[in-house]
Amino acid sequence: MAELRALVAVKRVIDFAVKIRVKPDKTGVVTDGVKHSMNPFCEIAVEEAVRLKEKKLVKEIIAVSCGPVQCQETIRTALAMGADRGIHVEVPAAEAERMGPLQVARVLAKLAEREKVDLVLLGKQAIDDDCNQTGQMTAGLLDWPQGTFASQVTLEGDKLKVEREIDGGLETLRLKLPAVVTADLRLNEPRYATLPNIMKAKKKKVEVIKAGDLGVDMSSKLTVVSVEDPPQRVAGVKVENTEDLVAKLKEIGRI
Amino acid sequence: MAAVLRRSCRVLRSISHFQWRSQHTKASHKHEPGLGYSFELTEQQKEFQATARKFAREEVIPVAAEHDKTGAYPVALIKRAWELGLMNTHIPQSCGGLGLGSFDACLITEELAYGCTGFQTAAEANSLGQMPVVIAGNNQQQKKYLGRMTEEPIMCAYCVTEPGAGSDVAGIKTKAEKKGDEYIINGQKMWITNGGKANWYFLLARSDPDPKAPASKAFTGFIVEADSPGVQIGKKELNMGQRCSDTRGIVFEDVKVPKENVLIGEGAGFKIAMGAFDRTRPAVAAGAIGLAQRALDEATKYALQRKTFGKLLVEHQGVSFLLAEMAMKVALGRLSYQRAAWEIDAGHRNTFYASIAKAYAGDIANQVASDAVQIFGGNGYNSEYPVEKLMRDAKIYQIYEGTAQIQRLIIAREHIGKYTS
Repeated sequence: MAELRALVAVKRVIDFAVKIRVKPDKTGVVTDGVKHSMNPFCEIAVEEAVRLKEKKLVKEIIAVSCGPVQCQETIRTALAMGADRGIHVEVPAAEAERMGPLQVARVLAKLAEREKVDLVLLGKQAIDDDCNQTGQMTAGLLDWPQGTFASQVTLEGDKLKVEREIDGGLETLRLKLPAVVTADLRLNEPRYATLPNIMKAKKKKVEVIKAGDLGVDMSSKLTVVSVEDPPQRVAGVKVENTEDLVAKLKEIGRI
Repeated sequence: MAAVLRRSCRVLRSISHFQWRSQHTKASHKHEPGLGYSFELTEQQKEFQATARKFAREEVIPVAAEHDKTGAYPVALIKRAWELGLMNTHIPQSCGGLGLGSFDACLITEELAYGCTGFQTAAEANSLGQMPVVIAGNNQQQKKYLGRMTEEPIMCAYCVTEPGAGSDVAGIKTKAEKKGDEYIINGQKMWITNGGKANWYFLLARSDPDPKAPASKAFTGFIVEADSPGVQIGKKELNMGQRCSDTRGIVFEDVKVPKENVLIGEGAGFKIAMGAFDRTRPAVAAGAIGLAQRALDEATKYALQRKTFGKLLVEHQGVSFLLAEMAMKVALGRLSYQRAAWEIDAGHRNTFYASIAKAYAGDIANQVASDAVQIFGGNGYNSEYPVEKLMRDAKIYQIYEGTAQIQRLIIAREHIGKYTS
């Protein structure tokens, strides 16, 4: 076996434990000096790839990230977890803010073809934009089957059995490789980067390229109009009985 | 033979007590040019610290109180730390280790100590026991005894202290008599961390029976297999704090040690034993700072929740000033161990800074832990809250690895020596 090659996409996001603050000019959230780390669902995707490699079902894991130079830290974390090499698709910071799932999906599709991978793994969504689109769009652009919200992935010959968590329960799909899989929370528990692996990761190769080199159009038809805090919760009013309730509702024009 | 002596002299010179500084070109990559000093960690150091921190907060803290109550040796935690590469960091890469310097080891130690100093002491005792072999062992000794540590999560111990001699290392009475190709060890050691769990010991014994022989020639360092016939391990001592750490007395009765297990040669033991401290002392200071940081965090969080006289504790200046002084001590203590570790990694003799770091960190850890209990008030005195354990754990930092008084002797000697030489 061990002929499969996997591409794992990882995103650098604001750390889940950080308290988010909106910028005063309402164009986005404050990112300067704020702790960033790998998107938790991306960690789960990397972990799954590494487990497949340990089972000798996958031969090579390529970690890829799109964004400014700091993305290389996130790629290094993937390398420390067990990925073999990395690709950093460099996008300058200003452009990166306008980069959405469609642009990333175009990049991943091109890379999947260039690297001739059999499996593309991603987190189901990023915790900053909660889009839940990149995996699906990538599969669409490649015209590959997709297994999203995966809670279990098993390789059966040239097919991938994916158990998905859906609203109604669990759905099991059998996908013919090559395929795209997005990781959900219960797929696995990501490992720590052990100290020996952190040191080994420094020697692993990270290729830096530009989206233009792949012939990918990074333009977006979307513009962020404004970013605001959710409205402050206003205290409620207690009423004594139904007559008062109806009167109050009429007062504020609700009925 | 001459080559061995030349090599061992080279080793000893760099750890000896006179004012010779070894020039090292390796140091330069650690700090940026231009500004001279750098307080910035490298990417790798940040990643190491992150792994150690995650492990301590997620896996050590939840079980620390239970281990303290039962005194059970933290086997599972040791195994996990070993798997993550957080232990045995000084072992050279040739023996399967990471070959990290003191600074990196200190970063890790502070994070682990934040979780539980009992567990961290058990892990750190490995570094202390191994250090003589790291700095003075020959190839075979290193491959055999350090290699063992990287193959499976086993422990080792540093056996120097005796019931009758702690600070006065030159006063130890354990004897080593040469008989043919072996040495026969007789004596008693006490307060040996990992005494009951170690696979092998570094042992210091008096090889020259002449009472007039100087300390620099009278002692020999040995590697002793713990299962050697004649090794009698005492009971686990019940101590004030760091209760899950295994501390015991060990009796050596006619224990045979092959001459291959002598470090460097007969008479070289004292310098090796002291040289080990120069490298491990910063880490002990780091451990004390980890404890102090924990005490500070717990106290601050409590003061942000508890109200009295209509306002939060932090809003009372008496409390906020207390927290401010605790914060000052922790920050300064951290800087001091970082300097001590940086000095030894840069190839300088760090005795002055290492003693300052250990003395200061030990003292402030006790003060900060006690202040934390104070901030918690009645709750602080109680075992349901985490700070009373910190206060009990902190005391040993003024005692082991050179008492607070011995550190002052060393600092005085080093300091005054600058004016008189």
